[in-house]
Amino acid sequence: MAPQLAVILLWAFLVAGSIFLLIGGIGLLRMPDFYSRIHPAGITDTLGAWLVLIGLMFASASWLVTVKLVMLLIFLFITSPLSSHALAKAAYLRGLRPMLGHQLEREAADD
Amino acid sequence: MRSAVALFLVLAALWLLNSGHYGPLMLFFCVGSCLFVVVLSRRMGVADEEGMPVHLALRAAAYLPWLLKEIVVSNIDVAKRVLRPGKLRISPRIIETPTTQHSDLGRVIFANSITLTPGTISIQVRGSHITVHALADEVADGLLGGEMDRRVTRLEGPAR
Repeated sequence: MAPQLAVILLWAFLVAGSIFLLIGGIGLLRMPDFYSRIHPAGITDTLGAWLVLIGLMFASASWLVTVKLVMLLIFLFITSPLSSHALAKAAYLRGLRPMLGHQLEREAADD
Repeated sequence: MRSAVALFLVLAALWLLNSGHYGPLMLFFCVGSCLFVVVLSRRMGVADEEGMPVHLALRAAAYLPWLLKEIVVSNIDVAKRVLRPGKLRISPRIIETPTTQHSDLGRVIFANSITLTPGTISIQVRGSHITVHALADEVADGLLGGEMDRRVTRLEGPAR
């Protein structure tokens, strides 16, 4: 691959990934309760992290580094849903009630 | 036996790719440590079809692209909801989604797929139902449509 093309792809993926990471962070702040905050956190876990890792593959000097990045992708693919699920389940079993659709509307009416 | 061989091959590949040294002594260490782990895993009873699902590999090649597409689509959907100024367009719901998988492994794959797609999180797997927290009505209805469930059941293959 031409070096210029690799650099362009590297930056395109890094910037796209960073935008999704940022959106995840904004979502974490904007969402109203614990459960709904896990959803934007899922954005950083999936597309955000994956795009950054894929971008880094274009910058790797040897194929061994690329293979390690692929391994990271696979590990993230398996572990990130587990951690989200563990958080949600722990909160649910502890008795934290999620805010549901109609409660959100009532809260908006109170403002 | 097939699972043990597959486990050995995966471990050896991991070892070789992560080390990058291929001298005779290092290769000896590689084979020795991988064999040791395989023996331990067999004694613990975890080197079976559930821990090493090689029989799913071919059908997973058909399922993964669809799952990745779903993840990208739902990522963009949740991102739009987050970025929209003004009142958040969400209506969180707790739903019970039925599962048609016959094995624990199939249900785990289904529950993990649900959590991987932003907008839905599996909270609890109980019997043949998964309790899911969905960010919005459309997301919940999409999941209750059952396409992901059907695809995971197809991935799982016939009962044995």
